[in-house]
Amino acid sequence: MDRTKPIIEFSEVSFKYRAQSEPTLKDIDLKIYPGEKILISGQSGSGKSTLAHCLNALIPCSYAGDMSGELRVGGQTPSELGVFGMSKTVGTVLQDTDGQFIALTVAEDIAFALENEGMPQAQMFQKVEAIADKLDLKDFIGSAPGELSGGQKQRVSLGGVMACDVKILLFDEPLANLDPATGKRTIALIDDILKDEELTVVIIEHRIEDVLYRDVDRIILMDQGRIIADMHPDELLSTDILSEHGIREPLYISAIKASGAKIDPADHPRHIENMNIDPYKNRIKQWFKSNTEHKNEESSDTLLEISHLRFGYDRSRTIVNDVSFDIKKGEMISLVGKNGAGKSTLASLICGFYKPDEGTIRFDGQDIGGLSIKERGEKIGFCMQSPNQMISKPMIYDEVSLGLVSRGVPEDEIKKKVYETLKICGLYQFRNWPVSALSFGQKKRVSIASILVLNPGLIILDEPTAGQDYHHYTEMMEFIRKLRDELHVSIMMITHDMHLMLEYTDRTLVLTDGKLLMNARPEEVLTNEEICDRAYLKRTSLYDLAKRCDIDEADEFAASFINWERRKRQESVV
Amino acid sequence: MSRMISYEKKDTVIHRLSGFTKLVFFILWCMTSALTFDTRMLIVMIVLGGIIYMVSGTRWEQVSGVFLAIMFFMVINLVCIFFFAPYQGCQIYNSRTDILHLFGNYTLTLEQLFYEFNVFIKYFTVIPSVFIFLVTTDPSELAASLNGIGVPYTISYSLEIALRYIPDIQDEFHKIKNAQEARGIEMSSKGRLTDRIKNTAIIIFPLLFSTMERIDVVSNAMELRGFGKKKQRTWYSRKPLRAADHLTIAFSILFFVVTMIITFYDGNRFYNPFI
Amino acid sequence: MKKGFGIKEVVAMGIGTALFVVLTNVQIPLVVVPNTALQPRMAILAFFSAIFGPIVGAVIGLLGHALGDAIFYGSVWWSWVFPEAVIGIAIGFFANRFAVREGGFTAKNIVMFNIVQIVANAIAWIGVAPLLDILVYSEPANKVFAQGAFAFLGNILVIGILGTILLSVYSKISGRSSDLKTEE
Repeated sequence: MDRTKPIIEFSEVSFKYRAQSEPTLKDIDLKIYPGEKILISGQSGSGKSTLAHCLNALIPCSYAGDMSGELRVGGQTPSELGVFGMSKTVGTVLQDTDGQFIALTVAEDIAFALENEGMPQAQMFQKVEAIADKLDLKDFIGSAPGELSGGQKQRVSLGGVMACDVKILLFDEPLANLDPATGKRTIALIDDILKDEELTVVIIEHRIEDVLYRDVDRIILMDQGRIIADMHPDELLSTDILSEHGIREPLYISAIKASGAKIDPADHPRHIENMNIDPYKNRIKQWFKSNTEHKNEESSDTLLEISHLRFGYDRSRTIVNDVSFDIKKGEMISLVGKNGAGKSTLASLICGFYKPDEGTIRFDGQDIGGLSIKERGEKIGFCMQSPNQMISKPMIYDEVSLGLVSRGVPEDEIKKKVYETLKICGLYQFRNWPVSALSFGQKKRVSIASILVLNPGLIILDEPTAGQDYHHYTEMMEFIRKLRDELHVSIMMITHDMHLMLEYTDRTLVLTDGKLLMNARPEEVLTNEEICDRAYLKRTSLYDLAKRCDIDEADEFAASFINWERRKRQESVV
Repeated sequence: MSRMISYEKKDTVIHRLSGFTKLVFFILWCMTSALTFDTRMLIVMIVLGGIIYMVSGTRWEQVSGVFLAIMFFMVINLVCIFFFAPYQGCQIYNSRTDILHLFGNYTLTLEQLFYEFNVFIKYFTVIPSVFIFLVTTDPSELAASLNGIGVPYTISYSLEIALRYIPDIQDEFHKIKNAQEARGIEMSSKGRLTDRIKNTAIIIFPLLFSTMERIDVVSNAMELRGFGKKKQRTWYSRKPLRAADHLTIAFSILFFVVTMIITFYDGNRFYNPFI
Repeated sequence: MKKGFGIKEVVAMGIGTALFVVLTNVQIPLVVVPNTALQPRMAILAFFSAIFGPIVGAVIGLLGHALGDAIFYGSVWWSWVFPEAVIGIAIGFFANRFAVREGGFTAKNIVMFNIVQIVANAIAWIGVAPLLDILVYSEPANKVFAQGAFAFLGNILVIGILGTILLSVYSKISGRSSDLKTEE
């Protein structure tokens, strides 16, 4: 492999989608060399996905628009070769593993591209076996996608593109749908593949800290269609470019900076485990001393009381096993655990979608076991992950009023309540708009508003920030916090996002194999190594930073930093 | 969904046959059954169907629920036929042998009984073949088999996609239905018909909308992996044809031809014992 | 407008069939006549045909009905499978004109859609289905025509109301809207 000649070369590439007036990519110049591992980051709308789509020729072949400049990938021009032609050079792993898993079994899915090539069956068998071997998929070769975890499905996707002997692997937000521990394993797997194969890897992702779990050669940062940084991770982390452009820095980096220290690239800040911490240690300790906060337990009335809840679809498999906990009024709670741990089943039990085999659920002191789904809906609201799974009316007003209309509330009262809710949700000025005119985040607000209008005491949100970058994540979570503060509703969030749990929730429920493993403050959970391992969580890097600075109270350190950051953010808003 | 018929992995003669063979057999068998009304051949088909059912090792519990549902439907259908046309049999067989006067214009005749018996067994010639086909054919082989009998591979592959996404969509449907119910929209049997249809629309729409998004994602994924560019495609899960397959296919064709000859020998598709 | 028949149509056939099969078990009971129900899946068939055209409509009708019958009822009533394809094809022929995804499914097209669906249903359920029943099963003509008329009524109702709602909502949501002003 000739490492001196770029395998990907953008020269002055611009691209404008047909439906838009402004170009999404502006004068992109970028060279990527064979064998490199590159992370491309940026907020949504920064152009990073558009850039990726240029590589596999989806742009301009599937998304119409005007392209200028020159792009060479593997010595070829993607726009001339088309999507099919490029698929032999660039293998794309999409973020939606269910969308990419097309066939009925693992083996068939790995073979999918080979089948399209018309490869004889005997040859296909060999190839599939070799790939399954490499990716540790041999035991699942005949499994259907429904029997696999998210991480396994992702490995199948990877196998499917590797089957074509591609030269470039392109990962489109590989971490978006995975629990943190599985995400970590994916990053490790990409690294291992790169060691054995002559490949170039391009990763599109805004979760920098998680990608940096293993080394990358360069980070390309994009904003508003331009490349604004192209640096080695050590250098980039030593600057403030990331946070200035709405990307979340690794938490330990932010904490070091909070102590007032200036990071030197020579100390290798890209991994907390082996960065040279000595120059920063004392400042951090001092910062901790002057910023220590002891969290006071606020006492409030109990809203929801779950005791000894048990549920299984059939007798042999228990999904929720003897779970008991309380939720207080106005509390924000996170429900975490790996895929299949029973989180959504637990939420479904609380909402009354399923009937528990044993145990009771009390709301405001009243046993709600006998209430119908509709009756419970007035006490407990459930908001699905994607707003598109909830919206059934073309107009915003109609969508939000739907729950009241179905309950026969008089029209003038509906209008009053809907307007009130829309004001709280910051949607009042759009009240006569069609839903289609809104952004994803605004649609999500509409779906929350349509629950809120029924005035529930508890709202359960399934992955409220899934697939959103740091900026939109912050917007959404500040909105949810505002709801809590102003309406004093309790909020329970099912999430994979460790940041969300640390920053926005008062308490975390950790579920593993249907059992409640821990019920504690998030910083206690995320600094507990054993719990993190068992529940597929990712220990926060603030813990590692504290340990490396010889601070024993790692959980307090984490909490103090999070609070400090929050205060700073609020100050900057005011 | 408890009473759904699905593939079960086993090692019987029937399971070992290629999906292509089973599809050819299934189609010829359905055609034979559709064309003939010859009681003797229908009985032969039922007996053969029964034997194949035994050989396939299909357990009764796998199909019993569905079987009972069909029986129920059949009984209603037969009763309906009688009420709409009590002398259909007499017309067909050109003969009338009264058994019992029921009421008004309704008299039970031997010919009507025989005709309805024929309709009944005609339905029953198809049922075991559907059961066996579904229970013994690996879904992965279906698309390859359809392509094998000459259906373009793009259309054949849509069957694979359908089977792949039925469980996912099923799951999503239940989630959406629950969430909408919590908002107060129920698919109940109460209320006016138009309201019930509107409520159904409110529940189905989000499912439909996210299905449309899914179509975009999946078609991109398929394009990125080279689907649809070449005239032909090979199939990982196609089973090669062996001696047993050739024998089965030959038998199916032979059986079809022989049945047609016997049935239409006298220029009429009915076997008439009354003349 | 989309040109011809591409991967998107293949996927629409597959996923549309899956949706059709899933909704096989969803029925809107009619109170007037016991043991009868409207089939919302017919609206799905109309929806996909109106968006993706006749081939997609025909395949969803054929595959969806045959697969749904087979896995839920253990048998395939071919004489009722083919009429579904007729409806898919008939509605699908007008897909370009409906321009659903471009936001074009408005009053004029709603009327058009309903005329097409009523004619298609008439051909399918008062024509093809009873004819096949007579040819294959020699069932009495008055019985199969009565059955067909009943299916005809049920299906024009469900496609007429549910299908129209789904298509017009989808058309409104997916079409771009301009001239929007925020109101304080």
